[in-house]
Amino acid sequence: MDTVLGIDLPTWWFLLIGALISGYGILDGFDLGAGALHLFFQKEQSRRIALNAIGPVWDGNEVWLVIGAGSLFAAFPLVYGTILSVFYLPFIFFLVAIIFRAISIEFRSKEEMNWWRKLWDISYSVSSIAISLLLGLILGNLIQGIPLNAKHEFVGRLSDFFNPYAGLIAVTVLSLFMMHGAMYLIMKTEDRIYAKLTIIANNTSKFFILCFIATSLATLIYVPHMTAIFKAYPELFALPLAAVLIVLNIRRSIEKRQYRRGFMSSAITTALLLILFAMGLYPNLVLSNVDPRGHISIYEAASSDGSLRTMLLFAFIGMPLVATYTLFMFWTFRGKVKLEEHSY
Amino acid sequence: MDDVTLLSRIQFAFTIAFHYIYPPLSIGLGVCLVVMEGLYLKTKNKVYEELTRFWVKIFALIFGIGVATGIVMEFEFGTNWATYSRYVGDIFGSALAAEGIFAFAMESAFLGILVFGWNKVSPRVHFLATVLVALGSIFSALWIVVANSWQQTPAGYRIEGEGMQARAIVTDFWKMVFNPSSVERYSHVLIGALLAGSFLVLSVSAWYILKGKYVVHAQAAFRIALWVAAVSSLGQLFTGHKSAEVVTKYQPAKLATMEGHFEKSAPADMYLLGWVNAREQKTSGLKIPGGLSFLVHQDFKKPIPGLNSFKPENRPTAINFVFQTYHLMVAIGMTLIGLTMFSLFLLYKKKLFQTRWLMVVFVWAVLLPQIANQVGWYTAEVGRQPWVVYGLLRTSNALSQAVKAEHVLASLILFTLVYVMLFALFVYLLNKKIQHGPDVESDKHEPSSRMNPVLN
Ligand code: HDD
Ligand code: HEM
Ligand code: HEM
Repeated sequence: MDTVLGIDLPTWWFLLIGALISGYGILDGFDLGAGALHLFFQKEQSRRIALNAIGPVWDGNEVWLVIGAGSLFAAFPLVYGTILSVFYLPFIFFLVAIIFRAISIEFRSKEEMNWWRKLWDISYSVSSIAISLLLGLILGNLIQGIPLNAKHEFVGRLSDFFNPYAGLIAVTVLSLFMMHGAMYLIMKTEDRIYAKLTIIANNTSKFFILCFIATSLATLIYVPHMTAIFKAYPELFALPLAAVLIVLNIRRSIEKRQYRRGFMSSAITTALLLILFAMGLYPNLVLSNVDPRGHISIYEAASSDGSLRTMLLFAFIGMPLVATYTLFMFWTFRGKVKLEEHSY
Repeated sequence: MDDVTLLSRIQFAFTIAFHYIYPPLSIGLGVCLVVMEGLYLKTKNKVYEELTRFWVKIFALIFGIGVATGIVMEFEFGTNWATYSRYVGDIFGSALAAEGIFAFAMESAFLGILVFGWNKVSPRVHFLATVLVALGSIFSALWIVVANSWQQTPAGYRIEGEGMQARAIVTDFWKMVFNPSSVERYSHVLIGALLAGSFLVLSVSAWYILKGKYVVHAQAAFRIALWVAAVSSLGQLFTGHKSAEVVTKYQPAKLATMEGHFEKSAPADMYLLGWVNAREQKTSGLKIPGGLSFLVHQDFKKPIPGLNSFKPENRPTAINFVFQTYHLMVAIGMTLIGLTMFSLFLLYKKKLFQTRWLMVVFVWAVLLPQIANQVGWYTAEVGRQPWVVYGLLRTSNALSQAVKAEHVLASLILFTLVYVMLFALFVYLLNKKIQHGPDVESDKHEPSSRMNPVLN
């Protein structure tokens, strides 16, 4: 098998897609979280500031979803087709929520009427919450494994996906994004809304920690295959330990009012949780919970070595560019939000 | 055809046709913005700056809907066409991933600066952002059209596996990218987008001129857009002709469908207007006898393979539909050439803006390139049936196995409701922006003194 720097090509793409999904979780995570919190702000002024805090960047954040999905399609077409078609309706609702969120942000400021703005505020917040919950629901089911037979055909029903564990993961994702979003908004705001956000950050972080504990316990008890790797390689136990420390650090930062540090910590938490999931999966991408032959491994699903190699070259050239644009964008819009004539 | 196939086809056709209202406007308007802002930097004339600011707002509205509906398209490959995704993933996926990495990331990052960055960056950096957004959208069209062209005229691949496990593997990346129809179709699509964008500018400007509002701005914008439109409409005839040559060579069944030509071996006519009766295999209408033979072979008598040369299961079924969409596109193309050439002539005679009836025509002409873009795709895609990858994979074999008809029906109803509402809101807000017009500083302070420099 072809390797680059000693790592085989499907593994490279497993890592890269993991990095893209983490990037998406961290970046869109804060603006989804800001959306989920939107209705907590009551004054028109505060809502506009909150919206303009993510205004110039949310579209760029969403591109990570586009690239992540495109890469999954390119590198592991079998998995792309399987996951999206198995979760058909959840993904359709996800797409509808993506549409509503985009147009709510875009349309809200276009009319002065009170009802108009209220309507789009609600639509914006509900769609942000729905996106977070649906991502969590799908993730929760992927962690447990889905009913695939030996030929990777789906043998379950839609209702299988609504189970307590997946529900717990959905709520955990939402709480993580809300906390993450609150700290982002704190960095971008002043005065009244700032004061309110400090309280929100405090509460959401407590809520997240509760979810985190519940998720950890539930995973240990109900999803043993996710923790099997630590039995085989005990030294890897450092990672979950690091996750716990980082989560504690979020609380500490919030108590000390060091929000930038708290924001970084919640970003790292997002990445670490996804890394733990990836370690439980590797070398599979999709687990079957009815027949081990139904697992889809990266080697079975991968595109040809030639294609993977070409795209790896694209990624090596392209990802630094993407990172540069992203940094440039954040740098241009650094500092606290000021409302201007072309603001939302 | 079973329900899942039919519903999935309707859903794909509906969502892509809806998506395709916006990308051509984004691409075309992007290029117009580059010209306007470039002129502002060069001449420092406030009018161009105000124009740019005005059109950026409209651009943002269009772009936003384009992005939201585009994400739907990307996911639909996996949700509804899982077998297709597996079949073409090696080829199509890399184009889509490249599009994301190289084009979308650039578009979206600089869009923020284009819309919100007026006071944050210098005019030069702002102009750079405008250029990069325009380039980004031109690039993104490149990858998606290359992928689609590969489906039309596959090249640079081999097939691995059999039956439902078969898939196409890239053997030669550049052959795949420059497959026999890529260049012709990309240039045709791009120019179609320039027409869509420039005719939007023409329409809005003509309306202002008729109303006597923002006349200075409107005339300046009209002039820019008229040049873009005139050059493009000629280019469209040329690239369309090139596309037709490719179809002749690589998709003869589609060509026969486009002209409603049935006989196995007879000279083919070219119709200006007509009607196909597929059951009786009869096409009637206003025609140039042997015209198609002449275009293809420069000989009115040479035979061209008709639909009967192909096995029934290998030819499109919606023959009259393809015939009509194709002829409508060509008719619109010719109309646009006539319209823009005549207007350039009047501009030269300095009578253009006084010709009121022509301004009325321009207000409505915005619909023409939109319609041509839509029916162009219908020709290309419906004419490609029953294949999803020409000659290799049948549409009915491309579906997701896990998806049930009632789920597709549910999603189709949902998308229909959402898109109808979205379209109504889009038209409402676009109209509102147009009614509001550009924010003109010279209005407040010095009513007419600034007007002269741009009038001539
Ligand atoms: C000729 C051009 C063209 C064509 C044929 C298509 N698109 Fe499109 N697409 C664009 C031109 C474009 C664009 C100009 O780049 C967009 C449109 C809205 C926008 O203004 O950017 C865009 C946006 C857009 C986005 C959002 C990107 C972002 O977040 O910025 C996605 C994921 C897609 N498209 C995917 C597709 C797919 C899967 C298609 C085929 C089935 C497709 N598009 C046809
Ligand atoms: C790269 C871009 C595109 C790809 C990969 C693509 C692929 C497909 C696929 C998979 C289908 C469904 C199967 C079928 O019915 O043939 C389809 C159908 C269709 N597409 Fe495209 N398409 C693309 C762009 C477009 C665009 C931009 C339009 C513009 C409106 C369009 C118009 C249609 C229509 C009308 C159908 C329905 C045809 C039918 O079912 O008879 N396509 N295409
Ligand atoms: C002037 C005469 C024109 C001719 C002879 C012409 C010819 C063609 C042909 C032969 C195709 C089919 C290509 C294929 O199936 O692969 C096509 C497709 C298409 N046309 Fe035209 N066309 C003309 C004008 C226009 C105009 C004015 C527009 C839009 C403003 C337009 C937009 C399109 C689009 C979007 C497609 C589908 C994409 C493609 O397959 O390239 N065309 N055209």
